[in-house]
Amino acid sequence: MLEVKGLTKSFGALRACDGIDFEVKEGETHAVIGPNGAGKTTFISQLAGNLRPDAGSVRFAGTDITTLPAPKRARMGLARSFQITSVYPEFSALDNVALAVQARSGHSFRFWRKARGDPALVGPAEQVLEQVGLHHRKSILAANLAHGEQRQLEVAMALATEPRLLLLDEPMAGMGIEESQRMIELLSRLKQAKTIILVEHDMDAVFRLADRISVLVYGRVIATDVPEKIKMNEEVRRAYLGEQV
Amino acid sequence: MSFALLFEQLLNGLQFGVTLFLMAAGLTLVLGIMNFVNLAHGSLYMVGAYLALAAAQWTGSYLAGVALGLAGTLVVGMIVEVVALRALYDRDHLDQVLATFGLILFFNELVAILWGRAALFASVPSFLSGHIELFTGSSYPLYRAAIIAVGLFVAVLLWYVVTRTRLGMLIRAGATNRTMVAALGVNIRLLYTVVFGFGAALAGLAGLMAGPIYNVQPGMGELILIQVFVVIVIGGIGSIRGALIGSIIVGVVDTMGRAFLKPLLSTMISPTAGEAAGPALASILIYLLMAAVLTFRPQGLFPARGA
Amino acid sequence: MGRIVGWSIGLLLLIILPPLVLKLGQPFYLDLVRRIMILAIAAISLNLILGYGGLVSFGHAAYLGIGAYTVGIMGFYGITSGWLQWPVAIGASALVALAIGAVSIRTSGIYFIMITLAFTQMLYYLGISLEEYGGDDGMRLKAKSQFSGLIDLADPVAFYYLALALMLVSVFLVYRIVNSRFGMALRAAKSNDARTRAIGFSPYPYRLAAFVIAGAMCGLAGALYANHTNYITPGLMSWQQSGDIMFMVILGGMASTAGPVLGAFALLLLEDLLSGWTQHWQVILGPLLILSVIFFRRGLSGILYKPDA
Repeated sequence: MLEVKGLTKSFGALRACDGIDFEVKEGETHAVIGPNGAGKTTFISQLAGNLRPDAGSVRFAGTDITTLPAPKRARMGLARSFQITSVYPEFSALDNVALAVQARSGHSFRFWRKARGDPALVGPAEQVLEQVGLHHRKSILAANLAHGEQRQLEVAMALATEPRLLLLDEPMAGMGIEESQRMIELLSRLKQAKTIILVEHDMDAVFRLADRISVLVYGRVIATDVPEKIKMNEEVRRAYLGEQV
Repeated sequence: MSFALLFEQLLNGLQFGVTLFLMAAGLTLVLGIMNFVNLAHGSLYMVGAYLALAAAQWTGSYLAGVALGLAGTLVVGMIVEVVALRALYDRDHLDQVLATFGLILFFNELVAILWGRAALFASVPSFLSGHIELFTGSSYPLYRAAIIAVGLFVAVLLWYVVTRTRLGMLIRAGATNRTMVAALGVNIRLLYTVVFGFGAALAGLAGLMAGPIYNVQPGMGELILIQVFVVIVIGGIGSIRGALIGSIIVGVVDTMGRAFLKPLLSTMISPTAGEAAGPALASILIYLLMAAVLTFRPQGLFPARGA
Repeated sequence: MGRIVGWSIGLLLLIILPPLVLKLGQPFYLDLVRRIMILAIAAISLNLILGYGGLVSFGHAAYLGIGAYTVGIMGFYGITSGWLQWPVAIGASALVALAIGAVSIRTSGIYFIMITLAFTQMLYYLGISLEEYGGDDGMRLKAKSQFSGLIDLADPVAFYYLALALMLVSVFLVYRIVNSRFGMALRAAKSNDARTRAIGFSPYPYRLAAFVIAGAMCGLAGALYANHTNYITPGLMSWQQSGDIMFMVILGGMASTAGPVLGAFALLLLEDLLSGWTQHWQVILGPLLILSVIFFRRGLSGILYKPDA
């Protein structure tokens, strides 16, 4: 579904991404791991359309999207959640998700009818909130949600656009044990129906959810394989897993 | 239209350009490093003009007036920074715009209370009131030539400070990554006050030099400030080089346009076209230029932050 | 509930004002409040793009000028029918807003502020340089806009009620717009630009459309203003005027329905009061504005009500 070839991005003298080859099959959950500074967020940003690569190409469902801006990619079915929570703080959880629903419902040049009461927006939004387990908090302002709930909202907004591919950037960032468990359960429910690229530090989650894992170190992919093989890969252990307890 | 006339207007454009540069350099530094929109920068220009004029009349000496005017503007700038602006560094641009707008109203009215609303006459000092011979054969006012000289000197001085001194290094680093500079333990508050004071002094210098040529009156700062904005948009925020090149371009285009557009249109199209469209077009020429630059290079010609 | 009570009281006061002040022999207040309501329309339009859209446009007074000059210039050439003048005023403002917005909205932050300021100044200079229409001194309005006998703008009370009606229409229009899908998309773009792009909205068309609507509405205010003052000067397009309108929006409370109206009343009544004390009232207003920005963040409507979410 997603094919990346030779993706390269430099910031001055720093090579954040160095000729990355990467692909995701339909229905697969493909995790991307690597030590801090490996270039994971730079990589995701180029897939999502927030950064332009210096070289290389990105193909999504057969179409070249390398230079396509982020909104267009979202409308093609490529949804993203952010590592640092990025929602609409002054709107309620329901409003947040409803906006995501609205974004995929054609153009929004409708000036008269109230958006908030619109069942075409509210219905699907409530469904998604139900899916991620936030329905009971739908009227709470996003800024007043607990951190873990905000991370759930992030995922909800990505889901609400009915994506073909989900780009999840550290969905469990900053979560406690209980919250992380809930998120892992949510993601295992999701992975049955969706194609997911998961960037994560939480190894528990990665090994439970991933069908394949790619390891990114200093901007290069040093290994791509099924979880059991990655666990035993010498290079990976040295570069990364060796740092974990 | 002779070459001599053309060259003379070119020099006038250069003179206007360096005046703009003195303002633009201070403003672009403050914008770039402190991320602070200071609409009251024009007020410092005005304060410089008024203080120098008042000091010269009081002491009877032009040079004393210049020194006191510069020092006074520096002091006023620093006071304003500490009293009013510090509270606003963390605020969004809208708040900064509004607060400095309030400052403009205050300064314009203060000046009107102290010196009246009518335009004051600042005279060219006697040692600068002659003419010099140009290679074209015509003569050019010495005072304007002096402004060009001072402006270019300041440009070189700024270039030296920014590229060759530690302070300059901090300024350049701050312009590209403010948080990093703060994280490195540099005393950001002091840096801000120094940069702001520097900018204020430059504005004051521009104001006191401009006094004899343009009018000294309340509101004089805002007229030039908006042209300085055009310079910064064209040149690029945070970049001294952009400020210099932008200033020269704007100064020359505006001056040449006002001098030659009407006769040009009159001869090339018709006298009525020249009469009707000439002055109007000349007055908006630099804004059209700005619109053109924005269309093709929204970040300006020489942005500090790179592509 | 509190909101409805507030609006009702305010509306009632505005409706009974004309007969009241005429009874008391103080027609000056009729003029004053009418002027405030006309400028409130300008503030309401700016609130759409500034309060809800997050576009810090320091050049909004340009559209006051365009609207006013359209009426003045058409009148100059003998076209005094309001049915023709006012739509052209609105249309011209919309077109100029489209042109300026198309170029400016691609930028953001400091740039956007400076650019909108510069373009307004450009129009101001254009206004000064057009000698036939008075240049620096401005032009007299030959005759008020005529509406084929339906309403006589020379009648101060009739004009007052027209201004009131149009102000209410503007409030209502903006209210519907900001709660529609369009408005939500616009507000989302203000709240979190990156997130908005990530779900599939490109902010530019929404911002541009809002900019044009706001310009058009302000053009109407300009047409009204020309009829109110009978005199049109380039000063109407000055950046000081833009700053004034901006202050009304901030003072009243951004992104609120009542805010711009409250702000217009507050600022203009304050100016009227201060200028009665001293001709140097700006030396007091300036610091007052600075203090209000530093300490008074949510504006008047934030004090009276909880914020519209």
